[in-house]
Amino acid sequence: MNTARLFARFTTGSLRLVLRGNSTYWAWIAALVVLIVSGAFAYAHQVRAGLTVTAMRDQVSWGFYIGNFTFLVGVAAAAVVLVIPAYVYDWKPIRQIVVYGELLAVSAIVMCLLFVFVDIGRPDRFWHLLPPVGHLNFPTSLLAWDVLVLNIYFVLNFAVVTHILYRAFSGRPYIKSVVVPLVLLSIPMAVGIHTVTAFLYNGLAARPYWNASILAPQFLASAFCSGPAILLILLQLLRRFTRFEIQDEAIWKIAELMAYAMFFNLFLHGVEAFKEYYSATEHLLYTRYWYQGLGEHRTMVPYAWSAVALNLTAFGLFIVPAARRNWVALNLGCLAIYSGVYIEKGMGLIIPGLTPDTLGDIYEYYPSLTELRVAAGVFSIGFLVFTLMLKVAVPIALGEFRVDREARSDVLDRLPLQPGRA
Amino acid sequence: MPKERLHELIRELERQYTETYGTAVTVADTPALPGVQFAYALDLSRCIGCRRCVYACVEENNQSRDPQIHWIRVYAMEKEKGVDFQHANPYYDPPQVPEDGHFYVPVQCQQCENPPCVKVCPVGATWREGDGIVVIDYDWCIGCRYCMAACPYGARHFNWAEPTLPKGQLNPKTHYLGNRPRPKGVVEKCTFCIQRTRAGRYPACVEVCPVGARKFGNLLDPGSEIRYIIEHKRVLVLKEDLNTVPRFFYFYAT
Repeated sequence: MNTARLFARFTTGSLRLVLRGNSTYWAWIAALVVLIVSGAFAYAHQVRAGLTVTAMRDQVSWGFYIGNFTFLVGVAAAAVVLVIPAYVYDWKPIRQIVVYGELLAVSAIVMCLLFVFVDIGRPDRFWHLLPPVGHLNFPTSLLAWDVLVLNIYFVLNFAVVTHILYRAFSGRPYIKSVVVPLVLLSIPMAVGIHTVTAFLYNGLAARPYWNASILAPQFLASAFCSGPAILLILLQLLRRFTRFEIQDEAIWKIAELMAYAMFFNLFLHGVEAFKEYYSATEHLLYTRYWYQGLGEHRTMVPYAWSAVALNLTAFGLFIVPAARRNWVALNLGCLAIYSGVYIEKGMGLIIPGLTPDTLGDIYEYYPSLTELRVAAGVFSIGFLVFTLMLKVAVPIALGEFRVDREARSDVLDRLPLQPGRA
Repeated sequence: MPKERLHELIRELERQYTETYGTAVTVADTPALPGVQFAYALDLSRCIGCRRCVYACVEENNQSRDPQIHWIRVYAMEKEKGVDFQHANPYYDPPQVPEDGHFYVPVQCQQCENPPCVKVCPVGATWREGDGIVVIDYDWCIGCRYCMAACPYGARHFNWAEPTLPKGQLNPKTHYLGNRPRPKGVVEKCTFCIQRTRAGRYPACVEVCPVGARKFGNLLDPGSEIRYIIEHKRVLVLKEDLNTVPRFFYFYAT
C-alpha cells in the first residue's frame, strides 16, 4: 500500500474514531466546546477593549494567564518522570504509558503557547517573534529562549508520539534508531523548558521574590508532582473505560516518585521561607504578602495556606505505601497535589512577585471574569486536543486500530508499540 | 531599515495623525547628536510635591487622558524614615503641599546605562540610543510586558485600553521614538522629551518646575550644570545595588 493511501486510511479511520463515542464522551466534548465558545467571546471582548478588561494594571502587569502558563510548562516537563525510567532503565510497566505522558506534554504546550498568546497586548504582531520577517532577541531575552525551547519540545514530543502511533497503525515496528535518541533528547529538553521558564523570572533583579536561585529547582520539584498527578487519574480512567491494561505496580511506582518530588518541593519552600524570615530584609515583604498579608491587603493569604495544607496532605498520602495503594487515598492525593501546585505555581508565584510593586505600591490583583473565561477556554482547548488524541492513540496502542485489521481484535498476541531494529 | 523607507513611513504617520487630530502633526526622526550624553538631576531638598511636572509631561508627551497615564510618579515620604519607598505614598492629596514632616521623590524612567528592560524584550522593540535615551518602537512592541516586570523603577506603563487624547489637546510636535500618539496594547515611558532635547530644548518637566528642582544637561560638557552638580553635590541614584547605572541623579543642593 502506498504512503498516500495509508495516510488517507489513517485520517479517515481517526475521524471515525473521534466521531464515535457514548453519551459520556459527547457530554464531555459538549462541555468543552461550550467553554471554548465562552472563552472565545471573552477573548474577542478583550481584543476589542484591550487588556483593561483584565484585572492586571501597571503595578501587577502579569496575572492569571502567565500563572497558568508557568504551571502548564511544569505539566509538560513532567513527561520526563515517565520517560526516564521507561527508556533509560527499560522499566516495562511504565514503558507502555509513556506515550500518554507525551500526549499530555503536547496538549500542555498547546495551552502554554495559547496562554502567552492571550496575554500579549498586540496579538496581531505575534509574527514579530518569528525570524526572518520578525526579530527574536536571542540569546539576550529569556522570553526568546522560552519561545524556542517550548516549540522545540512541542515538535519533539509530537514527532516521537505520532511516529510511534502511526507506525503501530501501519503494522510496522517503530524505528528505534530514530525514536530512542529523540526520547533521550527530550529528557534534557523537559528539564530545559522548565529551567528556562524559571530563569524568565529568576533573572529579574527588580523582583526579589523571583530573584532567588532556588526557583529553578523548586519549579522542577513541583512539576514532577503536578504532571504525574494528572496522568495517574487519567490512567485509572483509561483502565476503567477501555480495555487498556495498566498494572497497579506502574501506578504505585509513579506515586512513589511523586512523594519524593513533593518532599523536595516542600523542603525547598521551607529553605526559602527560612532565608526570608530569618534574614528579614526588606525583601521579606513579598513572602509576607503571600503568607500573612500586608495590613488590610490579605487577598492571597487563604490561597497560600490552602496550597501548604494541600501539599502537606498529598505528601502524607503518597509517602505511606499503604495509603498510596488505597485508590481513594491515591486519588485524593492526586487532587490535593494538583490543586496545591496549581495555586503555588500560578498565582503564588506571579502575584507576590509583583506585589507590592517595585516602588512599594500595593495593588491587590484578583482575576476578572473575562480572565477566568478566557483561561477556561484555553484549558478546554487543551483538554479537547488531549481527548481527541487519546481517542485515536488508545485503540492504536490496543492494536484495535490498525490498517490491516481495523475491525478485528482477535490478533492481540503481539505487544503493540514495539521497537524495531531499523 | 533603509532611510527612504523610514521617511516614507514617517510621512504616512504624519498624514494619519493629522487626519485623526485635525491639526498639522510633525513626526521627527532626529538622531542622537554625537558628543552628547544626556543626564538628569533632581534636587530632593527643593521639590515641593506639586506634581506640575506630572501634568506638564502628560501634555507635552501626549499621554492618554482616559485612562490616565503618568510617566512621572511623585512619592510623598516621611522625613523621619528617609528615602524609603515601602512607606511612601504616591496617592497623597492634602489641601496644600509641601506637608510638614514630608519630602517628595519624583520617579520617572532612569535611562539606565545598563537597562534591564532592554535586555528582556523578546523582539528588540526597545533599545538605548547613542545619547543614552532608552526608547521604544510603538510599532514593533508586542505588548508582552516583560520589560515592565524587569524595570526596578516602575517607569514603564502599558496602554491597557485605547488611549484617548482629545483633538485640541494634542502636542503636534512629535518624535517617532517619543511623544507621537500611541496605540492600544503597547508599552510607553519617559524619553527625556526626546523631541525637545534633541532639538536643544529642556524637557517639559524641567521647564515647568516652579522651584528649579529639576536639572538637565550633557554629561560630556564639562561646563554643564549637570556636571557641576555631580562634581559638587551629594548625589545618589535609586537602587544602586542593582547595577542599572541610572542617568538620573538625585541630590541635595542645600
